[in-house]
Amino acid sequence: MLSKKEKQLIREIWERLTPVAEDIGADALLRMFASYPGTKTYFSHLDIGPGSAHLSSHGKKIVLAIAEGAKDISQLTVTLAPLQTLHAYQLRIDPTNFKLLSYCLLVTLACYMGEGFTPEAHAAIDKFLSAFSAVLAEKYR
Amino acid sequence: MVKWTEEERCTIREVWEKVDVDEIGPQILTRVHIVYPWRETYFGTFGDIFTNTSILNNPKVAHHGKVVLRSIDKAVRIMDRIQETHAALSRLHYECVDPDNFKLLGDCITISIACKLKEALNPQVQAVWQKFLCAVVEAMNSQNK
Repeated sequence: MLSKKEKQLIREIWERLTPVAEDIGADALLRMFASYPGTKTYFSHLDIGPGSAHLSSHGKKIVLAIAEGAKDISQLTVTLAPLQTLHAYQLRIDPTNFKLLSYCLLVTLACYMGEGFTPEAHAAIDKFLSAFSAVLAEKYR
Repeated sequence: MVKWTEEERCTIREVWEKVDVDEIGPQILTRVHIVYPWRETYFGTFGDIFTNTSILNNPKVAHHGKVVLRSIDKAVRIMDRIQETHAALSRLHYECVDPDNFKLLGDCITISIACKLKEALNPQVQAVWQKFLCAVVEAMNSQNK
C-alpha cells in the first residue's frame, strides 16, 4: 500500500529520470543480462551489447512506460492496458523476469542517485515496481 | 563448492576494499527494516523499530548491521570455504529465521554498496558480487537441508 507521501516521492523520482531514460533503462537491462543470463533469451532478435542502439531504445521504452505509470498510480490498470496485452499474448515473457528487472532497476537507481536513494525512496520504488509488475501480468491467466 | 576465477576474486576484493563496515553496516539493516518492515518479527529484543526515525536511531540495528558485514568480511577472506566458515552461523539461524530473509538481506547489502560505489558497481561487477553473495546465502541456508 502506498502512502500519499510515497506516491509523491515516486512521481518526483521518475520525473527526474525521464530526461535520462535511455541511460537508466540501458543500464538496468545490462545489469539484468549480466546477473541473470537467462533473460537474454527474450532478446535474441536484438543487438543487446553495451552501447547498442537496440539496448538504448528498449531501455528508454521501459523507463518511459514506468514513468507514465508513476504519474497516476491509481490508474495503472488503465495506463498499462496496451502493455498488458502485448506481454500476455505476444511477448509472453515469464512474469518472474519482471522481478529480476525491477531489482536491477533498484540497483541502477542506487548507483545513479547515491545517498539520495534513501531507504524510504527504496521502499517506495520497490512497492511501486511490484505493483507495476503485478498489473503487467494481470492478463496472463 | 563455488569455483572462482582469479578475476572474480579480484573483483570481489576490490568491491569489499571500498566498504567501510562501520559506515555501511548500520545502513544495510536500516534498509532491511524500512523496506521489509515485517522482518521486525525477528528483532523483538531490539526495542523500538516501529518507525523510520526509531530504526535510523536504534543502536542495536546499527550494531547488528556491522555484525552481518563482519561475517561477509570473513567470507571475502576465505572465499573457498564459505560453507565451512558460515556453518555455525547457519546453525544459529536454523529454524529461527525464514531462509528467504537471507536473500533479501543480500539485496539490501548490494543496494547499500551501490549507493556508495555508484558507477564503480557496473553491471559486470554487480554480477560477480551477486555470485559471491549467493554463495554466502547458500552457506547460511546450509543447515536447513
